[in-house]
Amino acid sequence: MTSIEQIGTAPPPPPAKIFIRRHSALTRITHWINVLCLTLLLMSGMQIFNADPQLHWGNYGAVEDPSWFEIASNQDGDNTTGIVRIGRLSITTTGILGASTADGEMMPRAFPAWATIPSYQDLAAGRRWHFFFAWLFVINGLVYVAYGLIGGHFRRDLAPTAQDIAPRNIWHEIKDHARLRFPQGEKARRYNALQKLTYLIVIFILLPLMIGSGLTMSPAIDAGYPFLLDIFGGRQTARSIHFITAWSLVAFVVVHIAMVILSGLWNNIRSMVTGRYAIINEETDR
Amino acid sequence: MSSIFTRRRFLIGSAASLGAVGLTGCDDISQNQHVQKVLALAERLTMGTQRLIVSPQTLAREYTDADISPNFHPNGSIQPTSAEYVRMVETQFADWRLKIDGMVNRPMEFSLADLKKLPSRTQITRHDCVEGWSAIGKWQGVPLGLILQTAGLKPGARYAVFYCADELEQTLDGSGRYYESIDLIDAFHPQTILAYSLNGKDLEVEHGAPLRLRVERHLGYKHAKYVMRIEIRDRFDDLWGGNGGFWEDRGYEWYAGI
Repeated sequence: MTSIEQIGTAPPPPPAKIFIRRHSALTRITHWINVLCLTLLLMSGMQIFNADPQLHWGNYGAVEDPSWFEIASNQDGDNTTGIVRIGRLSITTTGILGASTADGEMMPRAFPAWATIPSYQDLAAGRRWHFFFAWLFVINGLVYVAYGLIGGHFRRDLAPTAQDIAPRNIWHEIKDHARLRFPQGEKARRYNALQKLTYLIVIFILLPLMIGSGLTMSPAIDAGYPFLLDIFGGRQTARSIHFITAWSLVAFVVVHIAMVILSGLWNNIRSMVTGRYAIINEETDR
Repeated sequence: MSSIFTRRRFLIGSAASLGAVGLTGCDDISQNQHVQKVLALAERLTMGTQRLIVSPQTLAREYTDADISPNFHPNGSIQPTSAEYVRMVETQFADWRLKIDGMVNRPMEFSLADLKKLPSRTQITRHDCVEGWSAIGKWQGVPLGLILQTAGLKPGARYAVFYCADELEQTLDGSGRYYESIDLIDAFHPQTILAYSLNGKDLEVEHGAPLRLRVERHLGYKHAKYVMRIEIRDRFDDLWGGNGGFWEDRGYEWYAGI
C-alpha cells in the first residue's frame, strides 16, 4: 500500500550540473606562477633581443656575419620602415616590428615599446627581470615536476592510454576540435588525448629546450658543461632555438587560451582557481 | 547567447584596459629601488650557483683555426680620443707602461716589449657579447696570474681592478672612464690573459691596443680594452659608482658569467 508520505519523499531529480575536483592546489598554484613568469620572461626577453635583433647558426655570429633572421629598420629621409627578414624573404612590418611609435615618434626598434620590459631600451634592466623570473620559473617547474612524479599527477592525468593514442581516436578528436565540439559529461572528467599530448610536449620538450638553450648562452655554463654546445650546435644556434621555442610557447598559449574560452571560459577559470569543475550529468541532460 | 557574448566582450575589453594601465605602471615598477633590490637577488643566486657547479679552474672551450670568425666585431670604444692615448698610438706605444700596484709587495711597470718577453699563452676562444652576438678569435698574451705572482699579493687582496685609457662618457669626475674588476678566482684562471695579439697580429686600436684583458667564461664587457693600470684591492665599492665597473655602474651585473 502506498502512503502519502512515500509519494512526498520521492527522490528529487538529480542536479543537471555536478562539480568534480579537477586540479590539485599545487597544479593550480604552479600554473598561475607560470603565467606570471612566462609573461615577464617573454617581455624582458624581447627587450634583450632588441639589443641585437638578428639570429645566426653556429658558434659565432655578429653584425657582419650572415644572419638567417633579422628585425631591421630602413631610414629613407624622414621615413622609417620596419622589416622582418627570414632568409631571403622580407616582410614590411612598419608600426609593429622594426619601426614603431614611442612618445608619438616613429623610431627604429625591433620589438615595440609596449611589448618590452622596461618599455624604454635598457638591456641591463631587461636582463635583471629575465634572470629573476627565470629562477622563479625553474624553481616552480622543479616543484611541479617533483609533485607530478611523486604525487602521481603525470601517471594519473597526463600519461596517454593506448586507447588515447590510437590514430583513429586522435583523428576523431582533431575533427571534433575543429568543429569546436568538446567532450561533455563523463568524458569531460579527464583530459582528452590532444590535451595530454600537448601538455606533455610543452612540459617535457619545449620547456627543457628553453632552459637548456638559455643556459648554453652563458659562457660560464658552457665552460663547465661543454656538451651543451654540442647538443645545441653552438651558442648562436642555441640563441636561435631559444627564440623559436619562445614563440612556439606563445603559439601554445594562444591556442590554449582560445580553447579555454571556447570550451567554457567560466568553468575552466573556476577549475583553475578553485579546483571545482562542473560537468553536465548525462542522466538528466537529454 | 547574446548576453554571454557581451559579457565575454566586456571581460576581454576590461582585461585589455587593465593591461594598458599595467604597462604605464611597469616602468615605474622597473625603476623602483626596492623592486631593483629584489630583482638583484637573482644575480647573487646565479653567481653562487655557477661558482658551485663550475669548478674554478675549468677552461672555456678552445676552438681551432678553422673556427675563427672572418670578422671580429669591434664594439664599445673603438677609438679612444684622449690626447695622451692619441700620442701613444703615434709613437706605437713606445713609452706605454702597464702599472701594477695596490695591495702588492712589489709594485711593477712593464713596457710592451717586457710583456712580450714573458711566457705567453695562445688560445682560440669565443667572445660572447652581452648584447647576444659572438665572435671567435685567437688571442696571445701573458697570463695575469703570472704577473700577480711576480708582484706578490698582500694579505687581504681580493680583486684586480683594471683602469683603461678609453672614456665612454664625457664626465668631469672621471666616472665615464672605462674600468673593470674581477676577483682572484678569475684573475688566476689559466685562460685569463693580458692579450697583446689577436689572430697573429698586434692588437689593433679597435680591439684595445696595446693590451686588453681576456677573462674567458665572462661576457664581453668584462674584457677591458686599453688597460693602463692594474690595482689590487680588497674592495671596489669605493670606486666611482661602487659597482666594480663602467657597465656595472650603469646597471649590468658584476658577475658576467651569464
